[in-house]
Amino acid sequence: MYDFSALYEATSVQNAVELMQAHPSAVLIAGGSDVLIKMREGKLAGAELISIYKLDELREVTMDPDGALRIGPMTSFSHATNSPMLQKYMPVLGESADTAGGPQLRSIGTLGGTICTGVTSADTASTQVAYDAVLEITSVSGIRKLSIHDFYKGPGKVDLQPGELLTAILIPKESYENCFGYYIKYAMRNAMDIATIGCSVNVVLSPDRKTIRRMRIAYGVAGPVPMRARTAEAALNGMPVGEAAIAAIGEEVLKDVNPRTSWRASAEFRKQIISETARRGLKAAIERAGGVF
Amino acid sequence: MVVGKSVKRVDAFDKVTGRARYTDDLVDKSALIVKICHSTIAHGMVKSIDKSEAEKIAGVVKILTCFDVPDRPFPTAGHPWSTDPHHQDVADRLLLNRHVRYYGDDIAVVIAEDEVTAEQGVRALKVEYEEFSFVLDPQEAMKDGAPLLHEKFKNNILAHTGYEVGNYEEAILEPGLVKIEGWYDTPTVQHCHIENHICYAEEQSGKIVIVSSTQIPHIVRRICGQALGLPWGSVRLIKPYIGGGFGNKQDALYEPLCGYCCQQVGGRLVKLDVSREETFVSNRVRHAIRYHIITFARPDGRFVARRMEAFSNQGAYASHGHGIVAKGASAFKQIYVDDKATKVDAYTIFTNTPASGAMRAYGIPQVSFAIESNVEDAAEILGIDSLKLRQMNMMPVGYKDDFTKNINYFDSLNQCIAKGKAYIDYERKHAEYAKQTGPIRRGVGMAIFWYNTAVWPISLEASSCRMVMNQDGSVQFEIAETEIGQGADTAFAQMVADTVGVPFEKVHVMSTQDTDITPFGTGAYASRQTYVAGFAIHQIGTQLKNKVLNYASYLTGKPADVLDLVDGIVIDKSTKEPLMPIDELATTALYSLDQAEQFSAEGTTQIKSNAYSFGCGFVEVEVDIPMCKVTLLKMINVHDCGRLINPQLAEAQVHGGMSMAIGYGMGEQLLFDPKTGKPLNNNLLDYKLCTMMDHPDLKAEFVENFEPTSPFGTKALGEPPTCPGAPAIRNAIFNATGVSINQTPMTPHVLFARFKEDGLL
Repeated sequence: MYDFSALYEATSVQNAVELMQAHPSAVLIAGGSDVLIKMREGKLAGAELISIYKLDELREVTMDPDGALRIGPMTSFSHATNSPMLQKYMPVLGESADTAGGPQLRSIGTLGGTICTGVTSADTASTQVAYDAVLEITSVSGIRKLSIHDFYKGPGKVDLQPGELLTAILIPKESYENCFGYYIKYAMRNAMDIATIGCSVNVVLSPDRKTIRRMRIAYGVAGPVPMRARTAEAALNGMPVGEAAIAAIGEEVLKDVNPRTSWRASAEFRKQIISETARRGLKAAIERAGGVF
Repeated sequence: MVVGKSVKRVDAFDKVTGRARYTDDLVDKSALIVKICHSTIAHGMVKSIDKSEAEKIAGVVKILTCFDVPDRPFPTAGHPWSTDPHHQDVADRLLLNRHVRYYGDDIAVVIAEDEVTAEQGVRALKVEYEEFSFVLDPQEAMKDGAPLLHEKFKNNILAHTGYEVGNYEEAILEPGLVKIEGWYDTPTVQHCHIENHICYAEEQSGKIVIVSSTQIPHIVRRICGQALGLPWGSVRLIKPYIGGGFGNKQDALYEPLCGYCCQQVGGRLVKLDVSREETFVSNRVRHAIRYHIITFARPDGRFVARRMEAFSNQGAYASHGHGIVAKGASAFKQIYVDDKATKVDAYTIFTNTPASGAMRAYGIPQVSFAIESNVEDAAEILGIDSLKLRQMNMMPVGYKDDFTKNINYFDSLNQCIAKGKAYIDYERKHAEYAKQTGPIRRGVGMAIFWYNTAVWPISLEASSCRMVMNQDGSVQFEIAETEIGQGADTAFAQMVADTVGVPFEKVHVMSTQDTDITPFGTGAYASRQTYVAGFAIHQIGTQLKNKVLNYASYLTGKPADVLDLVDGIVIDKSTKEPLMPIDELATTALYSLDQAEQFSAEGTTQIKSNAYSFGCGFVEVEVDIPMCKVTLLKMINVHDCGRLINPQLAEAQVHGGMSMAIGYGMGEQLLFDPKTGKPLNNNLLDYKLCTMMDHPDLKAEFVENFEPTSPFGTKALGEPPTCPGAPAIRNAIFNATGVSINQTPMTPHVLFARFKEDGLL
């Protein structure tokens, strides 16, 4: 039994934003994999809920006329993994989605929900950050777009105003074109776990595949929100493909991150894993791009 | 004959189709719901509980607090009761506590019309405490001036026992001995059975009827009687199918509190269903034990003298208490036998942590980790192959223990080792892997173990059963040794079928125990079920068969001693001539106008023996040093548990135990905030129980030496599979990296720290 006082089932995006305006204190529930846990813990006792679970219009992955991938925020992790569009243009997103939790969680958890909760450990969030996703946010007064980098405000906090609903995750064409990504989830067990460190790397190589033209790397749990390692990116861009680049990234990423010591892991241990996942992730991404060591 | 065959479980179809009924399936939906308010400090006194806001909530029926309950302390351990007051369990529990001794102690309950209301009620209680300082570490708790948990136990020491075989101080003076010394730490872990503890209670016919997910219905009846101040016969305890227990449910958990709540609402039906978070903290856990072992060996490897000190973390209440560390102390002098002397001191110490109780293998996974780590290090220091070192010092054939009178009849350990090492290709790999360099390395490791079957002579061992024959010659079988998922009912049915002489399908095991109906017995624990039930089944089954044969004699005119009942047919033993099918005989007997008779037999068998159960585990690992990760590649357990009653079920038992050992070795540990004593990871996300994806293929093999003390040749298998895994993993990591890790679980955090220390990172 869950302790809530009302459930409003949205029938369309328009209806959802109207419900949100009419019930400003209500909690939005998508797949429910975060909200239901909080409710079970008694944290949202007596809350009103607005469900967007039935909005299939938010579940599609399509391509915009300008070539951007348009990912519906209600796309579940398992649908992301099995989406032909993502498999073709951005398989790393589906691969990272496939590392989350277990089969049940992956069937209900959504790509939008996992960033709207603002948690740093979300497995797909670092990949969205690593691909410079653009978010489309709808309210009764219209639609606004913002970069995912501006979306995260702090642990559990994102730039969503009351009455605003995330309605699309856009991956621009220049972000995914000729780009090859790789995600490493580091956790204490091989399933049903939360990341100790998540590392998402992607590269664009020169046409001869001998030079790193563009490298992007983002982490989950290396800081309070999913984050890019910009110093490392700047250092690696333009470097020749080779072991020197791999050695360099392991050092460079440590200049960007600020992991903390908690009972879950010490900062020193996290740094070890941050370096090692950077090395392995970059190598794997380069190999996917056709680079040879 | 069906013993020895892998027949299907008697409960298989009901369990896979969902027809099997568990406690929560049985409770009437009209039940009031009980929710417990747990303390949010680790140590102190409850000064007051303000109920006023909670009482205003519609649907809250009754609130009971630590100020309401009777001052009638009771013990909770699921041991057979001792009529000798000196051997009785420590009675240190009240239904609810003013003196709270751990974070999560029970201080009040809210009884409400439904679960949401009960939870709202608990949240609305306002508790005021007087806080005391607290202590989480057992060695800290022993120091003078440490916070005291129970007035009767000075320095928080629940018990201290020890023994000395030979003269240790003299023995170690022998010239030329090599000293191997280490401290070994084992963690607090929880059983994590699938079904959390749940019970419900109502008054019927002047009795309190409690239905509970327990392993030990007759023991819990006694404890509820003691806790509620009722004659024991006024409590009726019913145990339906349960979703596992692993020893956590070998304790009275919330049955007494549930019975009390029922009494306080006029005997109405109340249900107490425990959440996973509560199960981790407010049920029982495995004792975390710290060991200090010193071995003195001759350069040729022979152990001359060994010393062990053990500090067992009891947590806040006595529960099973000192028995756990004491069992490990027995193992220490038996699994390896020193040439001159062995000396042990074992302490069980209260701390402000959850109460430790029984858990699968009762202290032996802990002590096996310490002993087998120390032996592996000894081999390294002495420059002797660790297998040979073990074989040189382990319990020899013919060994007899003075206390239990157990005799080691067979060369089980060597036979098990031979099978295990062949499967892993141990010797070749062990030598090869020791030479590796580079970031990713492989290793093999192994460990042996010792186990006792059942609890004689420390405690009562008896088993009672009843067999009643139906019109069609089928047999109802009732026994108090419980099915808890391990397959006991199936093994019983096999033994009954062979003893009575009826087909397996004609045996109906009554799986539900009801203390008003089921013959008395103490339940499922100590890997005793098949062993002790075997004695009772043999005795009572033979009686039933003799009654049938006497009746056959009356019908056929042949003397009973020339007749036999085999697979449901009465035969003439000399000619093998079939005389009459059992169904015809049973129908005739029940409806006879001349000599009507129901065939039934019932009685108690006292078991005054115990049996050694041995085995070993081997593993192969891959260690990714920069990632601080261990992957299990191969794992095998080999057991001598006597003759196998049902090989497939035996294999399943071993797989489950190996899985538990993987968690014990690699992931599981309940953590507490050192600043508050609050549990940090009491949920299945943060407590790293291993998943299927963390398991290698598990291999189980057996050596079948017919156990001479058992009518069916069987002995312990339920618990032993959990024993060798963790030390075998530890020794495999040592083979791969040269790094000795003297604590379990060997998580990436621990590996990181040790790899750094030893210069691998």
